[in-house]
Amino acid sequence: MAIGVNSPGRAQIGQKTLRTDRWWLAPLRIGVILAFFVVYATVRIFMNKWYWVDAHHYLTPLYSPCVTASCVPGSSHLGTWFGEFPRVIPFSIITFAVLAGFRGTCYYYRKAGYRSLFFAPSACAVPEPHKSYTGERKFPLVALNLHRYFFYGALIFGVLNVYDGVLAFHGEDGGFGIGLGTVIIWINLVFLWLYTLSCHACRHIVGGRLKNFSKHPLRYRYWTFVSKLNPKHGTFAMISLFTVILTDFYIMALSAGWLSDLRLFN
Amino acid sequence: MTYKGKFRVWRGDAEGGDLQDYEVEVNEGEVVLDVIHRLQATQTPDLAVRWNCKAGKCGSCSAEINGKPKLMCMCRMNTFAEDEVVTVTPMRTFPVLRDLVTDVSFNYTKAREVPAFTPPADLKPGEYRMQQVDVERSQEFRKCIECFLCQDTCHVIRDHEENKESFSGPRFLMRIAELDMHPLDAADRQKAAQEEHGLGFCNITKCCTEVCPEHIKITDNALIPMKERVADRKYDPIVWLGNKIRRRA
Repeated sequence: MAIGVNSPGRAQIGQKTLRTDRWWLAPLRIGVILAFFVVYATVRIFMNKWYWVDAHHYLTPLYSPCVTASCVPGSSHLGTWFGEFPRVIPFSIITFAVLAGFRGTCYYYRKAGYRSLFFAPSACAVPEPHKSYTGERKFPLVALNLHRYFFYGALIFGVLNVYDGVLAFHGEDGGFGIGLGTVIIWINLVFLWLYTLSCHACRHIVGGRLKNFSKHPLRYRYWTFVSKLNPKHGTFAMISLFTVILTDFYIMALSAGWLSDLRLFN
Repeated sequence: MTYKGKFRVWRGDAEGGDLQDYEVEVNEGEVVLDVIHRLQATQTPDLAVRWNCKAGKCGSCSAEINGKPKLMCMCRMNTFAEDEVVTVTPMRTFPVLRDLVTDVSFNYTKAREVPAFTPPADLKPGEYRMQQVDVERSQEFRKCIECFLCQDTCHVIRDHEENKESFSGPRFLMRIAELDMHPLDAADRQKAAQEEHGLGFCNITKCCTEVCPEHIKITDNALIPMKERVADRKYDPIVWLGNKIRRRA
């Protein structure tokens, strides 16, 4: 029996979609970007090296905070919380779990993933290939409702990243200094915070859950602020993805000795 | 500037039908509905098309134009090249009655399943007082013209007829959000949204927002906030514990 748009009673049109525009381009582009990031991040976290530049105190966000005994000297500026990790376990596993969890459960990335990776659907009014559909009601997808916990985690990691950013003002002679790495790290920080604060869970927590804004004027102001950022959440999500990769790659290149940092001051 | 536009229009009924080709005069400033009316007036007097205001406010002339759910009265002909074939079909999520007219009664059934505004029991009509800042979130959703394009494009029911029973669709989940955010509504909308109206089916792919002719941010302002409110109730152990302690205190 015919299903979907050709179900009995509906107009029997034959073609699955009559869209004439390049509807496949956007999901393809986003899918390639997401796949690239997943591969890049996986390779990087298993490398367990080239994440710290001792001369300028640059620490890549993918390894921040570095809190195991396996971390190179200087990179554990928050102390050593764990012993040495076996070689097969990335010692940035906690950072990776929180940040991947935040992005993986994010409403924007859910949309992007459903469209680009699961074709559910690829584009509006384009049929999905799945025979049945249960949405986010059953395990494992019901766990996406835990987005708010990853948001709390991302807030903590965001603060730690700011601390890393402050330490990155480290000059050649040990005093204050600014290099291209510092600038890249701070650009990344700005977009990471814009992405985190424009989050839908953040919008709900600061005030969205209220029924009467008039009784909570301060929370209403927070909610209004987040509501202004929220429409650009997807843009911030994609920009911050690139800035994280750029920051990590630049620090990896410095740490590996492929490049030397362009110093702007000291 | 007048030209002969190439149109493919679906003609038929629930028994069957096909796309038929027509050449129709197109004048400057016209919209697809104007051309469909000219087609009806000059070549196909029996062409069935539902329309009313011709101004994007009644929500009657919903159809699919080149595969995209749109209002025919709001789709300008100058968005197409003169030699481009414009395909017009009925909405593909609802049963077809004839030609471009579908049976949208599914939506009226779902509308009846949402309990009306429920003020607190101790408030009498005439005693309702609320502040603008508290009602403006709900007011965005009142712009809805019930064209049902969001229902038509939602893949949950478009691609899965079997989900129609348990999923009310974006239009009515937005109605529930409108009531849940209303400062004087006292009914429990959150539990109903998840358990009776199928909010969990929504995977926030935003097609409803993309096609809304009133530009209502259905996903960001109604569906996701409702999902978060449901998460408060059903999936957040910290909120659950906080409520438990507060009730004890």
